[in-house]
Amino acid sequence: MKKLEQIIEDTAVELLRISVTELHKDVVKQLKEAKEKTKGELGRSQLDNILNNIEIARKKSLPMCQDTGIVSFVVKLGDEFPIRSKLKEVLVKATRRATEEVPLRPNAVDIFEGNTGDNVGKNGYVPRFYIDLVEGDQLELTAMPKGGGSSNVAAFKMLKPGVGIKGIKEFVIEAVAAAGSLGCPPYSVGVGVGGGEDICMYLGKKALLKPVGQRNPNPKVAELEKELLQKINELNIGAMGLGEGPTAYDVHIEMAARHPASLPVGVVISCWALRHAKATISSNGEVTIRENSQNQGHIIK
Amino acid sequence: MKYHLETPVKEKDIRKLKVGDIVFLSGTIITARDEAHLKALELHEKGERLPVDFKGRGVYHCGPVMKKVDGEWKVIAAGPTTSARMEIFEDKFIEAFRPAMIIGKGGMGERTAKACEKFGCVYGYFTGGAAVLAANGIKTVKAVYWLEELGMPECLWVYETQNFGPMLITIDTHRHNLTDDVKQKVMKNKEKIIEALE
Repeated sequence: MKKLEQIIEDTAVELLRISVTELHKDVVKQLKEAKEKTKGELGRSQLDNILNNIEIARKKSLPMCQDTGIVSFVVKLGDEFPIRSKLKEVLVKATRRATEEVPLRPNAVDIFEGNTGDNVGKNGYVPRFYIDLVEGDQLELTAMPKGGGSSNVAAFKMLKPGVGIKGIKEFVIEAVAAAGSLGCPPYSVGVGVGGGEDICMYLGKKALLKPVGQRNPNPKVAELEKELLQKINELNIGAMGLGEGPTAYDVHIEMAARHPASLPVGVVISCWALRHAKATISSNGEVTIRENSQNQGHIIK
Repeated sequence: MKYHLETPVKEKDIRKLKVGDIVFLSGTIITARDEAHLKALELHEKGERLPVDFKGRGVYHCGPVMKKVDGEWKVIAAGPTTSARMEIFEDKFIEAFRPAMIIGKGGMGERTAKACEKFGCVYGYFTGGAAVLAANGIKTVKAVYWLEELGMPECLWVYETQNFGPMLITIDTHRHNLTDDVKQKVMKNKEKIIEALE
């Protein structure tokens, strides 16, 4: 039997491959519905090109977009899972391998020395790790590569608490309007509120991993999500910014407590290619890959 | 209207195109992003020659995924990148190198539109992220320049294409700019939405 470290590495490579070559079925469903609803030929043809592209990428197992993004891993690490401090090293190795094998575009650029060529930064921050410690003996691993185009239109502001909920709405609508065509709409929009200048951006990014259409369990937040989705679509940026078809297919909001003097808001926008893939690895090396278009519940051990 | 054009494209053929037209391009397109634009313009200012000729050809805002198979470069994925980043120097680039078509996604601004009118160039909008669709239209990799220095996404890839497209003309030589028109409408919509917020 393979060593557990090797199993994690192989799984991480596979998750990166799946995430960039197969768009999640829920997102594909949204895009198909969007195409049906879009009457104008300009918007409709863009959605048609996107859907054709997704289909070819899946069939040929090729990256659906050449920008395979900055790699990040969202990890839920069980207390009793035997591999802990070594995990980062294993995932860095997997990132290098995926860059060769999938392949991914080398996207880690050193400010002074240029592209590192393997998607691994020199200072240990790229690929990015978000590690949560949880109960149990499993490892839950999500690969989430995110492209530069839609990351460039992210927005952050420390609002004055006095502007309240209305101020939050205004900032989110401003951010999406400013993004316009630049981040490849139709978008999914993640909003993080509170926590602090760092946490709100993290919450916004994490919100993008929520299932499409799932509303926040807090009914007040859920209402806000619905209202924002409607108003963002009233902007009428449209598919690829051509003024026809939907601007966004989802908005997710995550909230944290705020400091009395602060109201931090982070808006993280995903292009239509919202890419992620998740697997669970048990302590005895059993792997279950979940939440992608083709390999639902598929066991690769 | 739908057009199938071949490079080098004649200026009179470019001037026939209008916003909303669909174009498929066969012939030579060359990738160039931020760094390649900068380097090309620097060399031009020094009076040095470039390793490639952009005249009548397509300049593609694209940082592809390439793979060397049996010693030859192969295109894996090659969709467009956000053209707005190149707005700060595209007008100078068009003036210096006279390409027939700028290809990218997201659209470009006023400066580029002016240069397009003056020097006979258009902007072809390729669907953002549609990287394998784009790769399907690229038949061979003719050459690569500046790879060592600029890296895979930023260097100049010279592609031979066949029916590369579909591209939507969003800037023509008649001062129309489709994505700019949408942008202005979006800003008006935004004002109304924000004013009505509760």
